[in-house]
Amino acid sequence: MEPVNRMRVEFTSLPANVAFARVAAAAFASQLDFTLNDLEEIKVAVSEAVTNAIVHGYENSAGGTVVLAVEIRKNTLKIVVEDTGKGIEDMEKALQPAYSTDPERMGLGFAFMQSFSDSLKVESKPNAGTRVTMTKVCARKASSPAGR
Amino acid sequence: MELQVEIKGGAMLVRLAGEIDLAVADTLRTSLEEELDRNPGVRNIVINLGGVRYIDSSGLGVLLGRYRRISGDGGRMFIVGASPQVRRIVEMSGLLNIMQEFPSEADALNHAG
Ligand SMILES: Nc1ncnc2c1ncn2[C@@H]1O[C@H](COP(=O)(O)OP(=O)(O)OP(=O)(O)O)[C@@H](O)[C@H]1O
Ligand SMILES: [Mg+2]
Repeated sequence: MEPVNRMRVEFTSLPANVAFARVAAAAFASQLDFTLNDLEEIKVAVSEAVTNAIVHGYENSAGGTVVLAVEIRKNTLKIVVEDTGKGIEDMEKALQPAYSTDPERMGLGFAFMQSFSDSLKVESKPNAGTRVTMTKVCARKASSPAGR
Repeated sequence: MELQVEIKGGAMLVRLAGEIDLAVADTLRTSLEEELDRNPGVRNIVINLGGVRYIDSSGLGVLLGRYRRISGDGGRMFIVGASPQVRRIVEMSGLLNIMQEFPSEADALNHAG
C-alpha cells in the first residue's frame, strides 16, 4: 500500500502568516514532481484560502487559529485550510466569481482556488467555521523516495 | 514590499516590488491614498510591476480601489513590467480589461503624462 505523507501546521490569524502558509504548502508539495507553474498556483490557492480565514472568518482579529493540512497520496496533493471563525452565511453566493461581502474586495479568492486546483470543496457553518479542501494532481510521475 | 512613487506631470508612477499580499495590502493602500491626496493634479496612474514576485487578490483589490478613485475623474491606470506569472493573475482578475498594458514605463508615461 502507498504510504500517505502528511503535514499539518496551525498558526495565528496574522496577515504575515499568509506568506508562511503558502511557502510551507509549496515546499511540502514539491516532494511531488510539480512544475514551477503548478507550485505558483498552489501558492496562490493556499494564500487565498488563508487570507479568507483571516479576513472573513476572523474578521481581521489576531485571536484566531488557522489550520493548514497537506497530504500527498500517490500523485495527488490534498490541501485543507480550516478556521473556526464566523462561517459563511450564503454558500451559493460566496462561490460566485466577483461576489464579495467586503466592498474593498473583488471576490476573486474562490475563483482562483477553483482555477488552480482539480477539485474544490467548501464546508461551512455560520458561527462555527469554514473548511476549504482542494486537490491537485501532479501530471508527472512522482519519484518516490521510499521506492529507491 | 518595496514602493517607489514619482509624480510625472499629470501621472503618478508607482514602482512596486516584492510580494503583494494581505500582509502589505493596508500599507500599500494607505501610501497610495496619501500620495493621491498630496498630489491633486494626478490624473493617471502607471503601475510598474517589474519587481513583483507574487500578487494575489489582496493586492489586486488595492489596485482596483485606486483605479476606482481616479476613474471617477476620467483618470486611467496603466500596467507595465508584469512577469508572466504575475501577468496571468492580473489577467484572470479581469483588471487588464480596464487597465491598459504597455511594454515599457516610457510608453505608458507617454500616454499617461
Ligand atoms: N473562511 C471564511 N469565513 C467566512 N466567510 C468567508 C470565508 N471565505 C470566504 N468567505 C465569504 O465568501 C466571500 C467570497 O470569498 P472570495 O475569496 O471569493 O472573495 P473575497 O475574499 O470577498 O474577495 P477577494 O478574494 O478578491 O479579496 C467573501 O466575501 C466572504 O463573505
Ligand atoms: Mg478572498
